[in-house]
Amino acid sequence: MANLKAIRVRLSSVKSTRQITSAMKMVAAAKLRKAQDAIVQLRPYADKLNEIQSGLIAALRDTEVENVFAARTKGNGKVLLVVITSSKGLCGAFNANVIRETKRIMSEKYHEQFRKGDLAVMTVGKKAHDALRKLKCNLVEDHSDLYHGLTFDRVSALADKLMQLYISKEYDIVEIIYNQFKNAAVQKLTSEIYLPVNMTGTGSEKAAPADYIYEPDQVSIVSELLPMTLRIQIYRALLDSFAAEHGARMTAMHQATDNATDLIRDLTLQYNKARQASITNQLLEVVSGAEALKG
Amino acid sequence: MKIEIITPDKSIYSGEIRSVRVPGRKGSFQVLKDHAPIISTLDAGPVVIADEQGAEVRFDITGGVIEVKKNMIILLADSVTRS
Repeated sequence: MANLKAIRVRLSSVKSTRQITSAMKMVAAAKLRKAQDAIVQLRPYADKLNEIQSGLIAALRDTEVENVFAARTKGNGKVLLVVITSSKGLCGAFNANVIRETKRIMSEKYHEQFRKGDLAVMTVGKKAHDALRKLKCNLVEDHSDLYHGLTFDRVSALADKLMQLYISKEYDIVEIIYNQFKNAAVQKLTSEIYLPVNMTGTGSEKAAPADYIYEPDQVSIVSELLPMTLRIQIYRALLDSFAAEHGARMTAMHQATDNATDLIRDLTLQYNKARQASITNQLLEVVSGAEALKG
Repeated sequence: MKIEIITPDKSIYSGEIRSVRVPGRKGSFQVLKDHAPIISTLDAGPVVIADEQGAEVRFDITGGVIEVKKNMIILLADSVTRS
């Protein structure tokens, strides 16, 4: 029988752990709501921009559009991966999933570049930075500080830098890996090609109506809107990842709280049993002592 | 005539207006009721709205794009500083 004191100590430690996890769950829930609001705010802008853009691209399908973000046929084949994780832990498999996917992409899709050292990694989030530092890959930059105040202006700076790197032919492919926010409990691991931009469209877009006046003209509008679309795309990825992080943490902490509650129930039962057994023992001793004296 | 001014961070202004002047790429232009449908990119500059009562509301944008269609104006601004 486990001794009473050991159980009591264990019980109090589990109880304080439960307090911490349930507080963290509450904080994550509040932050999740804020992060979700930011996504909702962005949506009307992003949707309208996409509508104008895809309408124009569809209307220009047969015209050759010159643009610096198009795929290059002759390039150096260098690849830049942008890996987005959180900066804090305790959010279940959230970060591990992204890191696993990154390693998979490195060893499968871009195996050739990785071997030749033509693959670089840019990280957003301390967890990605810490995990990928151990690999023999080329870590170029870390933008974990973006999480202190995730505003469009600051994210734009990162997007502009990525575009600059592409235009200056530093890299031929830029791919981003992040968790997409589905709902509080579900994250969708996503890897998407950021650059080059697919200029042909999916073919399903409705062409922009011809009776519009375009100023200056269709081609220049498309090429002018492209950088904005790219900025929005990375901002959206970051907001998604941020909301997904809090969702994941909320779920993980909810589970931890439940587990702690179960553990407390078991320990309390064990404690009471032990207490009763020791009382019974003491009584027995007293009674049998008295019996012996009588005899 | 309705207008919505949106930035990636938030919605800046929406409501019924009489007219709006925007800094178009080919020069500043004014949109009044029943303007022909137009899509134009915008330069940095002032957006001046005359609201229902004729009062002037002014924003400074750093660039963006405007779409006018059937008395519905949508102005996507890169960023806005109110003045």
